[in-house]
Parts: sequence; structure tokens; C-alpha cells
Amino acid sequence: MNRGAVAGFDPNPPRAVWRRWGTAPLLWSAALLLALTFGMTSLRPLFAALYPALDRPVYMQDSFWSLVEAHLLIVSVSSAAAVVIGMLAGIGVTRRAGYEFRSLVETVVAVGQTFPPVAVLAIAAPLIGFGVKPALLALTLYGVLPVLQGTIAGIESVPFSAREIAEGVGMRAWQILLRVELPLAAPVIVGGIRTSVIINIGTATIASTVGAKTLGSPIIIGLSGFNTAYVIQGAVLVALLAIVVDLAFEQFARYLGRWRMGASASDS
Amino acid sequence: MIEFHQVSKQFDHRTVVDQLTLNIAEGEFTVLIGTSGSGKSTTLKMINRLIEHDTGHIRFAGEEIRCFKPAEIRRRMGYAIQSIGLFPHWTVEQNIATVPSLLKWPRARIRERVTELLGLLNLDPELFRDRYPHQLSGGQQQRVGVARALAADPEVLLMDEPFGALDPVTRAALQLEIARIHELSKRTIVLVTHDIDEALSLADRIVLLDQGRVVQQGAPAAFLTDPVNDFVRDFVGRSDIGIKLLSLETVSRYARPGEMPQGELRGEPISAHLSLRAALSAFVSRRVDTLAVIDGQGQPAGVLHFADLLRREPA
Repeated sequence: MNRGAVAGFDPNPPRAVWRRWGTAPLLWSAALLLALTFGMTSLRPLFAALYPALDRPVYMQDSFWSLVEAHLLIVSVSSAAAVVIGMLAGIGVTRRAGYEFRSLVETVVAVGQTFPPVAVLAIAAPLIGFGVKPALLALTLYGVLPVLQGTIAGIESVPFSAREIAEGVGMRAWQILLRVELPLAAPVIVGGIRTSVIINIGTATIASTVGAKTLGSPIIIGLSGFNTAYVIQGAVLVALLAIVVDLAFEQFARYLGRWRMGASASDS
Repeated sequence: MIEFHQVSKQFDHRTVVDQLTLNIAEGEFTVLIGTSGSGKSTTLKMINRLIEHDTGHIRFAGEEIRCFKPAEIRRRMGYAIQSIGLFPHWTVEQNIATVPSLLKWPRARIRERVTELLGLLNLDPELFRDRYPHQLSGGQQQRVGVARALAADPEVLLMDEPFGALDPVTRAALQLEIARIHELSKRTIVLVTHDIDEALSLADRIVLLDQGRVVQQGAPAAFLTDPVNDFVRDFVGRSDIGIKLLSLETVSRYARPGEMPQGELRGEPISAHLSLRAALSAFVSRRVDTLAVIDGQGQPAGVLHFADLLRREPA
């Protein structure tokens, strides 16, 4: 059907504008990230000129691509765990039966975030060993709070009337959750996940202090070896990675809230 | 169809519905009316088990409602509320199809039903089917809400102040629609309102509740001619009981059909479908004592005399 032809209701022009302005920064920053990941070694003359005192002006222990990969892997696993825990807890405490546990859960999770990740690493490393494991634990603990808060806020933002009707027309509890509450809460939940993931991308760099390979490795080594060029190389890539992921989430959130777009009410 | 027997409900030790006995007949348009806190909404919500009653029995189609699963009984009853509660992330079509898709109707049948209902509620299907609720006016949203309540051909239609939030013009239009739908389908309808005029114009039977008890129930006219006590008299409005009585009858039943208009009757003839209240207004505003009447096809249908308003029995 030619929906666009209906008078007063034409969703296409605004969406085309969104797409042009929305995806362009994402594409550019992703391209820049890839170019720097694979082309950092070619910038050797630049870093040599900037820091003539350094013997090795470009980080060469690992390829930057393998660092990006390892970094993304740690962030994905810990964020996935944080999303599962945060969403389950958020859904749980917004059910009638779980309501009493809400303040308890919120407090526990908030306490989890008040521990600096460095402290968690310092405590965890002697207990469960060095490497990726303590990093995953610290990042997961750190990432739960924004997801939990987003889930609770999102579910609470669902209009009461929609819930009353959902119940009144005979939806079962799980149907209300899956068809009404979660879709309506999705933009807010995704906002929480976005915050959590972005925080984790930055925080994952310090996992290199306990021996996990991440984009933090050149930063940590650079800091301890007075090699500013290494620090810059690691930091720029982490920052770009965070920007790319953030822009991708923005696109996704827009996609989830697409029903909000289009012309508003008109008496016709 | 729905029987209440000695039903009570308490919230926090406060009795909201008190020993309520009520019989809602099949095909009847029942209006539950009362002030806020009278228990009318609670009574309605006990029918589809959104609120569970404490004591007594509620029977639906002859069976105690606790024998049904809540979700099942609700799917057999349409439900519309004042705040409408359209799902904002679903299109008009998806909203109307809520219950049919819960009942797993085939796609083609759902689409057909949506088209039919949009037509019934005077919304152009091609224009509105794919819109989202925020793209509709309040009146259009409530039309969709009513269409959703009717979608799966429910045995009973429950409406909780469905027109309360609408402007007077839209409200009047939707009241006409719902009266027409009841006329067409002879469906059992239970509607909650605090608006006596809405009750008088829609109901086959009015149930006036106060503090969880029935004060009076019966035909609309009985509330005007035989109010049981001062509460009822105040509720229907002492000063304009006569006017409200006129609003219950139509011109067609009181006009003198054989008579031809004599001489010059001032102004346009009035339609036989109008209420006597509208006729009274015409008498007064035109300063005449006879009005020419035309039927739906525009043909002369006799004359209405001012004195006819006072007759007890139709012509």
C-alpha cells in the first residue's frame, strides 16, 4: 500500500532526514577506527617526530587489531552478563511478588558500583587468579546498575492504562511482559545498556593491570615505561571504540522508538 | 447473563460493595451509575475478575465466575475504559486485533474484522489502519478503544466511563454510535458512568448505586416519574426532571400523523427522530405552538402540537 500518499501522514521525509544525519557520523567514526587499527604502524614517522627521545614510538607487542578484538570480547561477555543480571533483577522487582525486594536489590547493585573496579581487581586477582577472569567479574559488577535502573525506569514508564487493558482483555502475565511492558520499556532499557557498555569499554582498559590483554595494554605499559606515544595510541583507539559503539546504540534506540515518529494527532 | 447474589467487597476494612444483588439480562444495556466511591467501577471490574469479590456469588452464563480462568473469561468480554489504554507501540490495526490475535484467529479473518469494525465506528479503514495512537485525536482513540472491545465478538461489553474524558460533541457522537451498535447487535452491555443524561439516553435499565448498595434500579423513565427517595430525586436533578422526561421520547411517537401543516408553519420542519426535548427547544426558540414533522426520507409525517408534549400516552 502507498501509505505515504495519505494526506497528513507521511513518515518518509522525516525518516530520510534522520537516516542521513544519523548514520553519517557512525560510518565516519567506524571508518576512522578501522583505519587507525590497521594503519597505526604506518604512523611511525609521525610518532617518531613527535617523541624523538623514544626508541620504539609505536606499540608492537601485539597487533592493534588483536587488542581491539580482545577488548571487545571482554566488554561483550561482561556486558552480556550485566544485561542478563540487570534485566532479570529489574523485571523481578517490578512484578507484584518481587516488589518488596526492590530497595534491597537496588542497594546491593548500587554498592556493587561504588567499589572502584581497580579495588575489585585488586581483591579478585589473588583469589581467582590473574588474567581475564577478575576483569570479567569487576566489569560485570560495575555494569549491572545502569541496566537495572534502565529496566525499572522503563517498565515503570509503561502507562497504567495500557497495563490495565492488557490485563482486562485477557493477556497472561508473560504476554503482558513480552508484548506490552518490554517493548514499551525498550528505549529506556537500551539507554541503560548503552551507559553500561560505554562505561565498560572505558573501564576494561584497567583490566590490563591484572594481565588481561586489552586496549589498555599500551596505556599501562606506556605509563609505567614513560612512553607517551603508547598511551596516546591506546587511548585514541579506546575513545574511538566508545564513540562508535555509542553511535550504534543511538541508531538502535531510534529504531526501537520508531513508532513515536510520524505526524501527530490531527482531527480529520 | 450476569447475576450478582449478595456480593460484597472490602478494601482495607472499608466496604465498597455491600450485599449487592443484581441481574443483568442477556441483550440488555445496563448502566451502573453513582457518585465517585459508590462502588460502580468495582462492581464492573468484579465481572471480568480484575477485582475478586470477597463474599457472595457472581454467575456468568449460569456458572460461578471463579470456575473460569481469569484470562479466558476476559477474552469473552470486551473491555473499554476512560483512559482508553491503546498500546502506543501498536498500530490501530494491531490494537483492534488484540483479542483476536490472543485467540489465534487466522490473519485474513483478523484483517477482515478490523476493516469491518473501523467501518462500524466511522473510521476510514485505509486511512486509519496503519496509524499509531498518538496520531489520532481523543475521539478517534476512543473509537479504536471501542472497536478493540468489540473485536472478538464478546458476549458482554464492559465499559468503564468510556466517554468521560471526551469533549461534549465527541461524547454525544460516540454515545450515538454505541446506541446504534447495541441496536444492531443486541449485545449485553454494562456501562459505568456518573453522567445521568448519558444513563438516561443509553440505558434499557439503570442501576443507581450509593455506598455499595443499589438505591434504585429500573427503566430510565421510572427514575424520573417514581424516584424512590430524595437521593434519587437529587441525582436525576430535581429542577429539570420534566425536561429529562421529554428527552426519553421521540417526536415520531407523539406527532399527529394524519394532520397536514396548516398555513405557514414558521421555520424548517423538524425530524421525527428528534427527542421531544429538542422539539420543546424548537417550540420556544421559534415562538410557535405547532411544528411540521418530516420523516427520515424528508416526507411530511404530520404535525406536533405544543400540547402533545403533555400527553401521557403516545398518539
